[in-house]
Amino acid sequence: MSALRSILDFAIGDAQAERVVPPTGFTVRLTVFSSAAMAFLVVFALALSLASGRLANRWSDELARSATVRISAPVEQMAAQTEAALNVLRTTEGVASARALTLEEQRALLAPWFGAELPLDTMPLPQMIEVIESADGFDGDGLRLRLAGEVPGAVLDNHARWRAPLVSAAGSLRLLGWLSILLIAMATGAMITLAANAALAANVQVIAVMRLVGARDAYIAQAFVRRFTLRALGGSAIGTILGAFALLLLPSASEKGGFLTGLGLHGGHWLLLLLVPILAALVAFLSTRMAAHNTLRSLT
Amino acid sequence: MPKSAAQRKGETLIEFDTVAHSYSGGELFNDVSLRLAPGSFHFLTGPSGSGKTTFLKLCYGALVPTAGFVRVFGDDVRQMSRDDIAIARRRVGVVHQDCQFLDHLSLRENLLLPLTVSGQEAVDDDANLKELMGWVGLTSRIDAMPPELSGGERQRAALARALIMSPDVILADEPTGNVDWEMSQRLLSLLIELNKMGKTIMIATHDLGLIRAAKNHVQARVLRISGRRLQLAGADL
Repeated sequence: MSALRSILDFAIGDAQAERVVPPTGFTVRLTVFSSAAMAFLVVFALALSLASGRLANRWSDELARSATVRISAPVEQMAAQTEAALNVLRTTEGVASARALTLEEQRALLAPWFGAELPLDTMPLPQMIEVIESADGFDGDGLRLRLAGEVPGAVLDNHARWRAPLVSAAGSLRLLGWLSILLIAMATGAMITLAANAALAANVQVIAVMRLVGARDAYIAQAFVRRFTLRALGGSAIGTILGAFALLLLPSASEKGGFLTGLGLHGGHWLLLLLVPILAALVAFLSTRMAAHNTLRSLT
Repeated sequence: MPKSAAQRKGETLIEFDTVAHSYSGGELFNDVSLRLAPGSFHFLTGPSGSGKTTFLKLCYGALVPTAGFVRVFGDDVRQMSRDDIAIARRRVGVVHQDCQFLDHLSLRENLLLPLTVSGQEAVDDDANLKELMGWVGLTSRIDAMPPELSGGERQRAALARALIMSPDVILADEPTGNVDWEMSQRLLSLLIELNKMGKTIMIATHDLGLIRAAKNHVQARVLRISGRRLQLAGADL
């Protein structure tokens, strides 16, 4: 309750104390503009990071639960080897279900590469078996050995070979998003520190007079800290709103668009945008406070 | 004006104990010992560059001595925090030659500044301010901006600001440096009047005429910084 009161007092401020320190025009514009621009970028970095996270989770979840057995055999042995492989799979611990893909399903898989009119019935294609794992999963090496012994033409692919780099790429993209947010926060802090230092330097005579008549450092610093915090809050709120509008203008997620059209925010993630101005204000508060106290320490 | 707590207790307000102060350019003075007792009146004189302003700055903690001890209201300035020094300054009124006003604030706001920054503004401040402005003869200028004031008006306004917190000590650094003889006599009479009310006064000046004029009205000690030492002067003035 007292923390809330402190925040409220800080926001309301002391009108007389505000009048004592005159505003310096260019630092107002610099702080508001840089906060708005940085907040706009943070919105996109946040959207990128969250979209990458969703993608990584989806790939990881969906692919981790499925595997494929490919049977390459002469046409006359194909049915027997398929049946043998299905028998092996049905008796393997950790396999929830296994079924041979139909000709139509195999045609659909190849259509993106060879077109829909592919005469599959005239081509020596391998038979694909879709394997769905149970929650515990199966022992891939053990299953490979059994298949090698009982179905010579069967090859198990549990997707790990190509799933890992995809998930890793999505994870890296997510990390890059968070790293961007961190860098933007640091750059915002640096810019606000520069603006605060400029304002402090422009008001060094005011500070000297305030010290002369008995003002404490905290009183002097507060006048600057409050001003820069509120400017950063206002600027970043504008930048966040513009960023949110820009996200809304992106095409909505679709199968055809793939990853790029899924860049927007989903559901409760929109609420995270409320944190952007608050965090910008916090960065401004800390950087101005540090700059003010450093300057004040150098004055008598 | 009622006597302050410090005066009632008879404490030494500001004490120099074998103080030395040096800048990178060399030593200004050394082995300076002095006690400012409540109600005393001191002149500090000496040639330009002898260290009069530095001496005053040591009195209100704007500088720390390079050797020896300065005690302000009993506390060693070297041991005082910046907040302690700020609070001690509320008991010391300082009048500079260049007055140091905030030009974007009215005279009223400038004069109330010590109360504003100490969070001591009260409803009767306006009445007190008007009384003070009447005393220094600036009632009609209360809403003027500092750049609109003449040199003499600025000095009297600076004196009024120094008094608004009812300090125990008033330090004036060349208060008559920018004003004519008539105005300097008026300022001097205000400072003498304050001393008679019990305030401790120290005026740094190189104006020997001012010191001679004061000696007819007040018992003042005249100190001179000469040869890096603080000496008691007076017989030759």
